[in-house]
Amino acid sequence: MSEPLLSLEGVHTHIGQYHILQGVDLVVPRGELTVLLGRNGAGKTTTLRTIMGLWPPSRGTITFDGQSIGGRATPDIARLRIGYVPESMGVFADLTVAENMRLAARLGPPDAARLDWIFGLFPALKRFWQLPAGLLSGGQKQMLSIARAIVEPKALILIDEPTKGIAPAIIEGMIAAFKELKRAETTILLVEQNFRFAASLGDTVAVMDDGRIVHRGTMEALAADSVLQTRLLGLSLAAHQ
Amino acid sequence: MIQSALSGDLPRSRILSFLLLAIFVALAFAPFLFSGSQPINTAAKICIFIVLVASYDLLLGYTGIVSFAHTMFFGIGGYGVGLALYGWGPTWTSAGLGLAIALVVGAVLAFVIGLLSLRVRAIFYAMITLAVASAFAILAGQLSEYTGGEDGRSFRVPPLLRPATVLFDVPFLGVRVDGRILSYYLVFFSALLLLLAALRIVNSPFGRVLQAIRENDFRAEALGYNVVYYRTVANCLAAGMAVLAGAMSAIWVRYTGPDTTLSFAIMLDILLMVVIGGMGTLYGAVIGAALFILAQNYLQKLMAIASEATASLPLIPHLLHPDRWLLWLGVLFILSVYFFPSGIVGKLREMERGR
Repeated sequence: MSEPLLSLEGVHTHIGQYHILQGVDLVVPRGELTVLLGRNGAGKTTTLRTIMGLWPPSRGTITFDGQSIGGRATPDIARLRIGYVPESMGVFADLTVAENMRLAARLGPPDAARLDWIFGLFPALKRFWQLPAGLLSGGQKQMLSIARAIVEPKALILIDEPTKGIAPAIIEGMIAAFKELKRAETTILLVEQNFRFAASLGDTVAVMDDGRIVHRGTMEALAADSVLQTRLLGLSLAAHQ
Repeated sequence: MIQSALSGDLPRSRILSFLLLAIFVALAFAPFLFSGSQPINTAAKICIFIVLVASYDLLLGYTGIVSFAHTMFFGIGGYGVGLALYGWGPTWTSAGLGLAIALVVGAVLAFVIGLLSLRVRAIFYAMITLAVASAFAILAGQLSEYTGGEDGRSFRVPPLLRPATVLFDVPFLGVRVDGRILSYYLVFFSALLLLLAALRIVNSPFGRVLQAIRENDFRAEALGYNVVYYRTVANCLAAGMAVLAGAMSAIWVRYTGPDTTLSFAIMLDILLMVVIGGMGTLYGAVIGAALFILAQNYLQKLMAIASEATASLPLIPHLLHPDRWLLWLGVLFILSVYFFPSGIVGKLREMERGR
């Protein structure tokens, strides 16, 4: 395993009166794709939102690239070159695809070569470049959401359930795109419920339950162990195929 | 050139282009096209409200901020210029100084209100602005020694803008060019420049960030944009534009008082104009302001004509009696919201896309 780029130690997060994260310990190795698995309500989305500062941790430390980022303001965290693709996609519907991309390019206008690379991953975005993002299909919005996160080289990308409600044909395209990102040695923390999708991409895996990490290891080991899958996730990879 | 002046934000509808052109021509040549004082007063009021409504749309339509303090900034502009001309004499220096002070006061107030309260939820922010605006209106009414209280202040404008000043010995296009016409063009060109400046702002990268914040502020933050900073700057810009609209109003009316600048009724009118024209589009401010003020000024006359024309019919003349103009204005508003939920501009653009 590579050295950690991001680590969470004993992180607790409260949302109102609810104690959602109850001591999360998580390590995201540099240059690898870490998958965060778990049933609905386990705290996966809250973990990503806590890392991004959208919900401040009430206890614990979050360390990114050697510096503590727990409790910092979201824009400050984003400026550390951390990209975030929320579950809701969060595209700006009234703005065009081009304007959405330009907004995400904080260092200046998007680089032409980088855009070509993105168009290679998501060809639909080139076709609908001047179209308001609100008119895109669900899958295309998801592509735009991911493309926005990678319009500039990022140190870390947090992606929340990119396959949710997306057609299988588009998921295949997404797998290819993520593999390309992995080849570029981008560090990714991916929250996913689709185990087949997660197993085809993940290097390391962490499984959450009731606001805690209950399993950590390699994805290869988890994918090969159907008993462990059933114990942790209630369903084995074989059931997904 | 037109594309550049409009910052690339073209009307994107043939009917809308025609309407905007018609309004532009009517306003640009109002003193020469219409006789009497009412048409030119109406035209000047449309120019002033285009700026005021556009500045409010910058907040509501582009940034998603619901504020009820916009008339306060309008009032600060009106009082700033009005009280300076009243107290320091009718000179350009007084007017300029009054305007500069009003701009500073408006910007500082907008900054403080924004910084302290833009972190809270929209409804609480709206309530805070309502409280601040009410407090300001009461203050203006009670500081009668300085502001003239509820009576306000009438003042003289610089000599060049007075009706008695005649610029040319011979009439131009049959109209005597006097200080009043000069005042009108001061208002008209100020409105034109401010509208073009607002178009430049909303179509700049800064404007796109505002739109992103309106749509999804969490997402904008996650892209690295400091939402409170952008909202506060938008608040200050909108306040500055409202101050300028207030100054234009003071120069034109030569009076400033709580009823003409600080009244909550004006705030409601601005809201109606934004909604009728279409939120999130500055052309909506032009259409909304023009339609609303024309209706305010001429609906009563039109109804009198309609009432007389239908005198032989039962019930209808009573319904169309000029005294019921506010009722029909309300009906027109309900119908426009029902049939044009995205405003007139939004509907016209939808129709163009559907062609």
